[in-house]
Amino acid sequence: MSAVLSQVPQNITATEPDALTGYRTFRLGAFEFRRDAYFAKVSWQVKGQSRSHEMPADAFLRAMMRDVAWGFFYGWVNFDDVLGTRNHYGRVDLYAGSYNAEFKKAGVDHLEQFDTPVIMATFKAILADWVNEGFDPFAAPAETGSAFGFKQGENMAAIERFRVATRRMPGLASDSPLRDDLPVNRQFSDVPQDEPEIRARPGFEGQLHAFNLFKYLSRSDVTWNPSVTSVCKNSLFCPTTEEYILPIFHGNDRVEWFVQLSDEITWEVGDKNTGAPRARVTMKAGDVAAMPADIRHKGYSTKRSMLLVWENTTPDLPKRYERGELPPYPVTF
Amino acid sequence: MSYQTRFGSLQHFEKGSIEIINDDPRHYVFSNLFEVAKGAAPYEKVVVAKNLEYVIEALRTKGTSAWFVAAHDEFAVVMDGELEIEFVKLDDPGLAVAAGHEGSVQLAGEPKGVPMGSIRMRRGHQALLPASAAYRFVGIAEGVVLLQTIQGEHSIEKWAEICLH
Repeated sequence: MSAVLSQVPQNITATEPDALTGYRTFRLGAFEFRRDAYFAKVSWQVKGQSRSHEMPADAFLRAMMRDVAWGFFYGWVNFDDVLGTRNHYGRVDLYAGSYNAEFKKAGVDHLEQFDTPVIMATFKAILADWVNEGFDPFAAPAETGSAFGFKQGENMAAIERFRVATRRMPGLASDSPLRDDLPVNRQFSDVPQDEPEIRARPGFEGQLHAFNLFKYLSRSDVTWNPSVTSVCKNSLFCPTTEEYILPIFHGNDRVEWFVQLSDEITWEVGDKNTGAPRARVTMKAGDVAAMPADIRHKGYSTKRSMLLVWENTTPDLPKRYERGELPPYPVTF
Repeated sequence: MSYQTRFGSLQHFEKGSIEIINDDPRHYVFSNLFEVAKGAAPYEKVVVAKNLEYVIEALRTKGTSAWFVAAHDEFAVVMDGELEIEFVKLDDPGLAVAAGHEGSVQLAGEPKGVPMGSIRMRRGHQALLPASAAYRFVGIAEGVVLLQTIQGEHSIEKWAEICLH
C-alpha cells in the first residue's frame, strides 16, 4: 500500500484515491479499510488467511462518526456484530469478530490495540475522505442526503462537530451555550419554548439559574449524540434526541441509566461478549431503566424522542466491574 | 404533516414493557416515574435510578416541601405541573450540612439566612440547586420533579414495589 499523501495527515497510511470511485483505502495495523459506492469493507489477516467484513457505507460512517465524536465512549462501540472498538482510556482496541461467538469459536477474529491519538487520527481521516458533500452522519436519514455513490466533495462541517463540554450547566457564565440560535427540529415543533422565570434578589443575580431543557433538546441538530446538561460530581446527565436507529451497539463497561423524557424507544439488548439476544426493552415517556454492565444495547426510535442518558464517570469503574468487585446490576431486589 | 410529541404526566402515562429472551427483568430496574410519584406522598424522595452513591429521585410536587440543603450541587427537572423553588443563602451553611457531606439534608424549621430569590418552573424546565443554598419547593400545580443528587438520609428505596419483575 502506498502511503503519505499530501491531503492526509502524515501519520496516516492511505492510498491515492481510487481511479474509479475516488476513495482512498486506509490501513491501521493489520486492518485495511476500503470503500466503494455502496459498502465499506474491512479486511485483516489471521492464521495466514485474509478475512473480510462488509457494511453498508451509510451505517459504517454513522457508527464511525459516533466513535470519533464520543472519544471512543464508555466501553465497547460495536459498529455491528463483527466490527468495533473498546476504550481503555488512553489506548483503544480495534477488533473484528472478537465479541462475536461464532467468529471466536472459529478462531477467525482479530484484535489490535492502538494509542488513542493514532486510531483517532485514522478514523478522522477515513471520515474526511469517505463522507460526501450532502451526507451528514449525525442526521436522521430523512434529514440528510445520500452516503452512497462515487466520491463527491466532502462535509467537514458535519463531521467536525464534537460533544459540547459542560462543566456545571449550560447557560451559566463561562459554561456551555444554550441553543437559542438553532431552529426547532421539525418533529418537535409542538414543544413549548417558554423559559423559567428567575427572580433573583439584588446581590444574587447570576447565582440562581434555570433553563428550558426540553426547548434545548428540541433544537438539537444531531441524533444519538448525548451532551452533558448537569454535573453533580461524577454524575452526568447527558440528554440526547433520537430518531431512526442508534448507529452502534453500545457495550457497557459500567452501569448506565435511561430516562425516557418523551415519546418511545425500543432497546435491543444482547450479551456484551457474545452478542446473544437477552431482551427487548420498550420505554415510553416517564419510563426509567438501567442498562447493566454486562450487556450491549441498540435503540430504535420512530418518532424523534428525548432521552436522558445518565452516566457515572467515577474513575476506575470499568476495572472494578471487570474484576467483579461490583455486580453488573445496580440494584438487587 | 405535524408530529405530536408525547410527554407523560401524573394524569396520563403509559408504561413500557420488557420482552425477555434470556434474562431477568429485575436486571433492568424498570419503573415509570409518573407511576412512582402518583403512589408517593408529596415530596417523598423516591429513588428511581441508582448508580453507586448517585441517585435520581422522583418527587410528587404538591403543597410546600420542607427546606433542604446539600453540600454539593443538585439539579431539578420538572416533568409535570408547575412549581416554584425558593432559595436562602444560609448564614452558616456548615451548621446545616458539613462540607463534603453527600446527599441533601432536611432542615428543622425555617432556614437562618438571606432570601436569594425564587424560580418559577413548568414542564421541561431545569434548575440548579446550588451547593450550600437552602431550598424548598412550592407546588403551584401538582406535578413531578426529578432530582439529580446523591443518596441521602431521606432518600427512599422501594424497588420491589415500583419495578417490573
